[in-house]
Amino acid sequence: MPLHVWVNGAVALFALGAAVVAWRLRQSALWREAGRELWHRRPLALAFVALYGAVALCDAISWTDAEGTGVRAPRSLLERAFPADFHEASYSAPLASVEFYGGQPLHHPGAHWLGTDILGRDVLLQALRGARVALLVGGLTSLIAIPLALLFGVAAGYRGGWLDDVVLFLISVLFAMPGLLLLIALIMALGRGPVQVCVALGVTGWVSFARLARGETLKLRELDYVQAARALGVSELRIVVRHVVPNLMHLVVITFVLMFSGLVLTEAVLAWLGLGIDGSWGQMIDRARDELSRDPIIWWNLAAASAALFGLILAVNLVGDAVRDILDPRTLRERT
Amino acid sequence: MSERVLEAEGLVVTFPGDAGRTAVVDHVDLAIDAGEALALVGESGCGKSMTALSLLRLVPKPGRIEAGHIEIAGQDVLALPIPALRSLRGRGAAMIFQEPMTSLNPVLTVGAQVVEAIRLHERVGAGEARRRAANLFARVGIPDPDARIDAYPHQLSGGMKQRAMIAIALAARPKLLIADEPTTALDVTIQAQILDLLRDLRHDSGMALLLITHDLGIVNEVADRVAVMYAGQLVETGSRELVLGAARHPYTQGLLRSIPALAPRGARLTEIPGSVPSAGAWPSGCRFHPRCPRAFEPCPRIDPGWTELRAGQRARCHAVANEEAS
Repeated sequence: MPLHVWVNGAVALFALGAAVVAWRLRQSALWREAGRELWHRRPLALAFVALYGAVALCDAISWTDAEGTGVRAPRSLLERAFPADFHEASYSAPLASVEFYGGQPLHHPGAHWLGTDILGRDVLLQALRGARVALLVGGLTSLIAIPLALLFGVAAGYRGGWLDDVVLFLISVLFAMPGLLLLIALIMALGRGPVQVCVALGVTGWVSFARLARGETLKLRELDYVQAARALGVSELRIVVRHVVPNLMHLVVITFVLMFSGLVLTEAVLAWLGLGIDGSWGQMIDRARDELSRDPIIWWNLAAASAALFGLILAVNLVGDAVRDILDPRTLRERT
Repeated sequence: MSERVLEAEGLVVTFPGDAGRTAVVDHVDLAIDAGEALALVGESGCGKSMTALSLLRLVPKPGRIEAGHIEIAGQDVLALPIPALRSLRGRGAAMIFQEPMTSLNPVLTVGAQVVEAIRLHERVGAGEARRRAANLFARVGIPDPDARIDAYPHQLSGGMKQRAMIAIALAARPKLLIADEPTTALDVTIQAQILDLLRDLRHDSGMALLLITHDLGIVNEVADRVAVMYAGQLVETGSRELVLGAARHPYTQGLLRSIPALAPRGARLTEIPGSVPSAGAWPSGCRFHPRCPRAFEPCPRIDPGWTELRAGQRARCHAVANEEAS
């Protein structure tokens, strides 16, 4: 089966999973309240994040046209919003009707809102497509790093003893290594595909949350309700699953949101080193670097990618701050 | 009376200290029959809670049960394999703790926690378990149980939380309820209600109660028998009437004199001088002798053994032994 069918399937699965999680959270008054509070505090930032999500989703669903009706390669919903042959021969400025160098007339005069790059590709389309890569980097990596961190952190904190020593040693070792070097080495070893880069980011990114989860578990383990559960004959595994991990969920949510923007930025750094994911904003910025030295200067490439990156990071950070304020028990008490 | 629910003999719990392992619970014997209430009394830091935890092998690390024999509902607790121990916890003996504020998981509804306790020990469906949870809530006196079952702990008052805790403890119909200072964190009117509840439950179901407290007023209201603990050892045991009415051990007498309601009318309240020595720094001989008004020559040297008094009352004191002998 062709790749895009698998991707569509994965998107459907992901949407289903998100719907189930959202539905489960709505069952709990605690989370429903938190969600309402978040919407109340940061409507604009939330809308922005949702917009990026929608764009990414549109770019993830793709299909091939029937025989003889156009291009043979599968095109995503997002690409279908633009004409199939939406490219020029070379650079053109935003909304220009002639090429930047040479002054040849364009195929689509005035239609490239943000101009085109060296190969004549539309910058707006590229910037929009970057959203999918960014969300993939932030989301998939968090899905790898957070469970890993929970597993190690909670196991170490709850079990203690030699397991705690081993995990702490591992964390210290990973902390002692320059993160970027480790990342580069991992990407070299795993390959440069999007999933591989996410795995590499996840493997290097779990440590700090693992330490946090361990500390919190150490605290939770001594609490009366864990003692009480033990006195009722609840098994250790069940105590962890039902009484420890759910009480870490606010940390998981906070970490996820705060980690997300860091990961997107790290990918940009990797792209600058030539190790990024194809189609990311980082890669666009990296390519635009050379063009800054041209005269007259070509700025729209860099500006579009940077603005898109900036918008997502800012919106996610604003949401993240609000999430932390809402879920952190200390600020929670101040409000109620 | 009837069947023995708890039998503990020579219980020793140790924690590592500066000079090797020190016993924080030192050769404690306890026995409770079905339907009976035993109060374990003493100041803070004398090993009451540790004794209670050790009964279900819940002593936190690095502590450990060094010696002794514990039998709950006919089962040898210290020899049980872990799965059997788990089913004994909750079903053989359940515990309620001092702090209702922190004894409930804040992210689960109280109902879910009762249901968990029920389904842990019995195979019942979710609907049936929920119905039983509502019944338990009604039984422990929570008004409007069907609605309260879906409340989160922070939505309940302290008294309601303690009632919910008791409901959880009762979920598996335990033969013995160990209540570790169940009313200390509650205000006085709620205290009385909880104590009434504990008494009613005991009368209805024949459940035995081990009540751990430092409040002799509570002992007077609830207990059938009393065991007084000092510095890791029992110092006096006997029926409530004898221990509270005719205390023989100077420590028990001191405790009684320091309580307004129980002290003789018009008498000046007196406190016991000093405080409980910390584990590991326990005095030689009789551990109470540095604070004892009646200490005499043998007290710092020789550990007094038990002196049997009338009707099952026992005291661990040289002075009492002398009185009895003469």
